Amino acid sequence: MSMPGARFGALLVKESIQIVRDPSSILIALVLPLILLFLFGYGVSLDSNVVRIGLVVEQAEGPAEDLAAAFQASRYFEVEVASDIRALEDDLVAGNIRGIVVIPATFDRDFGSADGRAAFQVIADGSEPNTANFVQNYATGVWNTWLAQQAANGKGQTPVIALAPRFWFNPELASRYFLVPGSMAIVMTLIGTLLTALVVAREWERGTMEAMMATPVGILELLLGKLIPYFVLALGSMALCTVLAVTLFGVPMRGSVPALLAISMAFLLPALGQGLLISAATKNQFVASQAALLSGFLPAFLLSGFIFEIDSMPTVIQWITVIVPARYLIASLQTVFLAGDIWALFLPNIGAMLLIGLVFCALAARSTKKRLD
Amino acid sequence: MGGRLRALIRKELLAALRDPRSRMMLIMPPLLQLLVFSYAATLEVTNVSIGVLNRDAGRWGVEFVQRLEGSPTFTEIVALQGVPQIQTAIDLRQVIAVLQIGPDFSRDIEAGQTATAQVILDGRRSNAAQIVQGYLTVIAEQIGATVDAEHGVQPLAIGPIDRNWFNPNLEYTWFTVPSLIGMITLLASLTITGLSVARERELGTFDQLMVSPLRVHEILIGKTIPPLLVGLFQATVFVLAAVFIFAIPLRGSLLLLYGSLLVYQAAVIGVGLFVSALSQTQQQAFLGSFLFAVPAILLSGFASPVENMPEWLQIVSLADPLRYFLVIVKGIFLKAMSVEQVWHNTWPLAVIAVVTLSSAALLFTKRLE
Repeated sequence: MSMPGARFGALLVKESIQIVRDPSSILIALVLPLILLFLFGYGVSLDSNVVRIGLVVEQAEGPAEDLAAAFQASRYFEVEVASDIRALEDDLVAGNIRGIVVIPATFDRDFGSADGRAAFQVIADGSEPNTANFVQNYATGVWNTWLAQQAANGKGQTPVIALAPRFWFNPELASRYFLVPGSMAIVMTLIGTLLTALVVAREWERGTMEAMMATPVGILELLLGKLIPYFVLALGSMALCTVLAVTLFGVPMRGSVPALLAISMAFLLPALGQGLLISAATKNQFVASQAALLSGFLPAFLLSGFIFEIDSMPTVIQWITVIVPARYLIASLQTVFLAGDIWALFLPNIGAMLLIGLVFCALAARSTKKRLD
Repeated sequence: MGGRLRALIRKELLAALRDPRSRMMLIMPPLLQLLVFSYAATLEVTNVSIGVLNRDAGRWGVEFVQRLEGSPTFTEIVALQGVPQIQTAIDLRQVIAVLQIGPDFSRDIEAGQTATAQVILDGRRSNAAQIVQGYLTVIAEQIGATVDAEHGVQPLAIGPIDRNWFNPNLEYTWFTVPSLIGMITLLASLTITGLSVARERELGTFDQLMVSPLRVHEILIGKTIPPLLVGLFQATVFVLAAVFIFAIPLRGSLLLLYGSLLVYQAAVIGVGLFVSALSQTQQQAFLGSFLFAVPAILLSGFASPVENMPEWLQIVSLADPLRYFLVIVKGIFLKAMSVEQVWHNTWPLAVIAVVTLSSAALLFTKRLE
């Protein structure tokens, strides 16, 4: 098809001016990425910092007192002491504390005695399963450390097996380091899919899309003219996010900029294609907005491996995640920031994104054309 | 006056529900969201792959690997041949962790010394990796107990006995499904409210409403009823699904749940009206609601507990209606929360509702003048 340069250039200028003029595009391309980055950088933290718990010591002497002191000294716990569990139950229901450690009166007598039945209870608030897991892991940690100290004082035994964990790429275990790159995928989805779907749906609603189609401008030219400015906008937003991630949040950038660019550009094909497809299929702003939320934003947030492990999802849902483009972007972004240029991982992901993108674009072109007949 | 208001509400309901596609969007997607996301949004770690490099010739190395194979956490155990393969397996995310058992492992155990095994974990997924590490520690302790028993060593103590109240098996869906009730009604109520005003603005019919004999508060009530009813309907479907599909115990009072839900919805719709009073077009209204919804969800305590956030963000989250409603909905479902504790989380919602609804009314009146 013919695409006279001057005409296409004029089209690009027109579309770009439309974006710059509309305050809502600026809102979503500039303000929203900043808010998201800040929230994921500061607000959402999967590291369990300090957990507030209650501690019940039924008889404070000997080993029990010693163990209680170990809990109070732990940097993982902020401890509220009581002598009766009933004093703490309401706090657990209200969520003021996340667990209760109960060291019973029998602990003193049993510890070090021949039958070895010294036990204490760790009660966690099961309505927050993740925090409950942390409460119990930390309590076990306090116990093991305490036991080792007892052994060092000649009162116990050393463990049979010790594990020496080493966390590659993120030895500080800062969840921020993988949440901030992940949130960039959300930003790209917002601009690529949500904004595009809304804007183009509005044009359909107002009839300006048909008006443009009646002009000599070809359909491919028309669609490209719409998409290229958003492509540039998304890449600009990505650049801004990268600079902030590295400078403000201290996320390491161990890969190269060309790799980051290649990944981001590959993702924009399915993201923009999906936006276009939604707008052409719905031609109504309200329906388009809901469809974009449901098929773009929420899957990018929940089905992409961003926060929730894909391997742990039921098989049917794992199948759905295969067509969520953000899944491939997030795996690649976390790698390019934290691990470096691992092309053996990038290339299959880029391939998957391009493939999904081509399907979306083909479907979008088809439903746009159909409208003309 | 009563008849006028009734006619207005009828008109608003018709406007919201007449278009079959919009109607579909109000009912099908929320249900799909509940089903898909309830199962997907789990921080639990199961079915992961782990690499093993076992250079120990003795029986305890083999024992460790066999126990891994028997654990439901690990579906695939990748046997690695050498150290260079560790790098590849982790880099390409084929495994989340590698267990490296050295040549002296069994010898150390038999000699009564502490045997050390190295675990390399993928820090790109540090949350899941930490949970995997926890599982491995449990397995190591179990092997230790077996060794002790064989050597005739008496254990010194049993140690911690874990109990989880309200959710004994730490089922993730017990946490996600009630939370999703709050999140999905938030998204639905916000967008319906925001877009219905903005659509009328774009079409010019909103000005006609404003110059009609209707008072501002009547118009606002008219705009509040459809999202309120849709939200109530959605929440009812979700509560039924939670109890009958997900088998989540509903231990508290249903009446309290609906009472607080109404206040919660009033707060959310107030925000929606406030946003739409500020925006000129549907697009602005949608983006404005979205700009509110995303932080509201992230600061609510769903993704991570509020107490983990920095102090200043905890203060910001005080204005987040979802924060209170999540405590209420989980509390009523799982903890049989008392009236007093529900009220403790409901009155802030009432304050938010009064503030947002009255500022929306103020903004609309200003436009009239």
